[in-house]
Amino acid sequence: MLNERSIDPAALDLLKKAAVDGIETVWDRYDAQQPQCGFGSLGICCRHCIQGPCRIDPFGQGPTRGICGATADVIVARNLLRQVAAGAAAHVDHAYDAVEALELAAQGKIDYPITDKHKLRTIAAGLGLDATGKDLNALALEVVKVAYADMGNHSHKPMQWLMAHAPKERIAVWKSLGILPRNPDREIREALHQTTMGMDADPVNLILATAKQGLVDGYAGLKLATDMQDILFGTPTPVVTQANLGVLKADYVNLIVHGHVPLLSEKIVQWAKSLSAEAEAVGAKGIQVAGICCTGNEVLMRQGVPLATNFLAQELAIVTGAVDAMVVDVQCIMPSLAQVASCYHTELITTMPIVKIPGATHIPFSLEHADEVAQVIVRKALTAYTKRDPRKIQIPNHRSTIMAGFSVEAISAALAHIDAEQPLKPLVDNIANGNILGVVATVGCNNVKVTQDLFHVEMVKELLKNNVLVVATGCSAHALAKAGLMNSEGTEHFAGASLKAVLTAIGQAAGLGAPLPPVLHMGSCVDNSRIGDLVTAIAGYLGVDTAALPVAASAPEPQHEKALSIGTWAVTMGITTHLGVVPPVLGSQQVTELLTNGLTDVIGGKFYVETDPLRAAQGLIADIRTKRQALGLTN
Amino acid sequence: MKQLLVRSEVCVGCKSCELACAVAHSQSKTLIGAFLEPVRPKKRVFVETDGRINFPLQCRQCSDRPCVHACMAGAMHLDPTTGLVQVNPEKCVGCWMCVMVCPFGAITEGPSHQAVKCDRCRELDYEPACVSACPTKALQWVDVDHFAAVGRRSWVDHLKEANHHA
Repeated sequence: MLNERSIDPAALDLLKKAAVDGIETVWDRYDAQQPQCGFGSLGICCRHCIQGPCRIDPFGQGPTRGICGATADVIVARNLLRQVAAGAAAHVDHAYDAVEALELAAQGKIDYPITDKHKLRTIAAGLGLDATGKDLNALALEVVKVAYADMGNHSHKPMQWLMAHAPKERIAVWKSLGILPRNPDREIREALHQTTMGMDADPVNLILATAKQGLVDGYAGLKLATDMQDILFGTPTPVVTQANLGVLKADYVNLIVHGHVPLLSEKIVQWAKSLSAEAEAVGAKGIQVAGICCTGNEVLMRQGVPLATNFLAQELAIVTGAVDAMVVDVQCIMPSLAQVASCYHTELITTMPIVKIPGATHIPFSLEHADEVAQVIVRKALTAYTKRDPRKIQIPNHRSTIMAGFSVEAISAALAHIDAEQPLKPLVDNIANGNILGVVATVGCNNVKVTQDLFHVEMVKELLKNNVLVVATGCSAHALAKAGLMNSEGTEHFAGASLKAVLTAIGQAAGLGAPLPPVLHMGSCVDNSRIGDLVTAIAGYLGVDTAALPVAASAPEPQHEKALSIGTWAVTMGITTHLGVVPPVLGSQQVTELLTNGLTDVIGGKFYVETDPLRAAQGLIADIRTKRQALGLTN
Repeated sequence: MKQLLVRSEVCVGCKSCELACAVAHSQSKTLIGAFLEPVRPKKRVFVETDGRINFPLQCRQCSDRPCVHACMAGAMHLDPTTGLVQVNPEKCVGCWMCVMVCPFGAITEGPSHQAVKCDRCRELDYEPACVSACPTKALQWVDVDHFAAVGRRSWVDHLKEANHHA
């Protein structure tokens, strides 16, 4: 039974310990939820009005319409639009926090430096702002003004952040479909309105509105958040560290940062260094910070902080008995953490006004008091360290070396060692000549319905064997990092011959003395914008539409609404987007057909659902080959 | 012998049993596969309600078997190996006599004009699909005496509570 839950050896070790310690985990709760409701699984139940709930009988004997008259097609399309809007809302809210931070930083009201001046100037130039004669803070405030103007856009003009950054060919497609978003907040509000009782009953119109939410997420969520965070904290450059729960240290204070927004965790990393003397005073050798989910990815990319683990094993981190504090911000935080932490000495600390968990200690975070809050949190971890129960400690001896930090700027810098004038040329040339068959971006979550990490790892191994370059973000990046696919040895073991040759040449030219890893870690889930930037840059370099590129995306183990909104954005970019878990849409043949086929003619991209990792890899490779053929490239 | 029994007081009317029943009688035996089959499978359990009580109803396997007596074609019969009333679809002529005499309304029309009803998942070697699917354990696959014993204990508890309040 246990070996079906995860392929991660650290998770498997700790599942045994959890059983001995009497800890209930996400896998136990999943078992207890069986069987799951068939109506919900097919997306054909509606709870939007309180005449309901209504369900459609998928086998046609019972009701074919809800009380209001909505068909299965309408119910499925409305449910999907709400889910995608919720995913977009999460990212736009995240981005808004980051904009606010840049504003306060530029006004000198908070103690956050503007780290990446170059990125600020690049973004300002892209927005058409005149930087001449302006100091850094004044320029930052102008950039902030544009971001705020999108959020408060009362006109019908499309979002400026999108117009400045999206490929022109794509903008034309979106305009022709009438899906160019104006104001992200307005679009999300409109989606809730559009799906409430007595509103839109046209599945096609609802699916187009869903595509619009994908654009909201892509440009007002992902792209905006990454840009702000890079300006504030720096654009990532390659870092080498380790991944998996073996990074925790028995004789150090272990502090885990978990969630998605780096505004607090950057400060915690800083203060963990500054207060290491205090750690020694309580008998520890120092303070080890490690990350879970995308907060982990953020501080990995910029500060080289090791990765603890990904979504499904968040409870198991505490089961080590060696985590002194787990500080959480927003998104993907299981409420069960409080229950698990109560069985150990671990301080679970919530920090955000919209994420409170009974049983956790709530220490309110604010940008103005970020340093004080970070110190309080680090000292909480120090105090907790003195309460450790040595009998309960079991740190799994599993960790993999990883190289991360591959922002587009970092990839360009590595390639510039080969061609300083046109850094993208070596990459594009190698795609054109077939040494690199294509590029697949693996993104997104763990989902308890899939053996943890299995789909990410098995699919990616097959892609690499076939000389497909893989870039990764989010919990997919964690999975591939843990599995040893983000280091030079990974290239030796898993990359096909021609891909290996290219990665070796770039690695040597860049002075690494070893090949680049076969999977490039491009960051957190909002950093999917980096993948968008890379695709946009390659398409721009070649002068073709992004939909024409031999590039595909995959969320092998998606669980969150954010994965659906990111995936929708990828589809609007014209990219074939694989899902390894069936989303709740199959109750409508019309919606399923639109998502997986019908939209392709107008939007270029499509969803591709395949629940077997090897078949998924083969399907993505076939898709890449079709696109290569259309471009006149050899297969 | 185990029987399909119902604790109607815990039935929330989710109709998961109805879906599971249809899937169990499909070609593919999976929810998504069944949904995509050209001839949609038929459920043989029906969640009925009067607004107060929900009851998942299916063939009760009555011992007087009015449906068997009413069947002129010999399709509705007592299967000697299992002791269950079953339909032989090849013999059924669609006269619907069984439908008219069934006191529970548990027999319905199948896709090729023949009677269909709950067969207690005879093709499956585990408990009936509706029982496995029930999230509240309203549907149970239990010995009659065990079910009755649980009912008696519940009655005693109820009595104690009533005395306590008195």
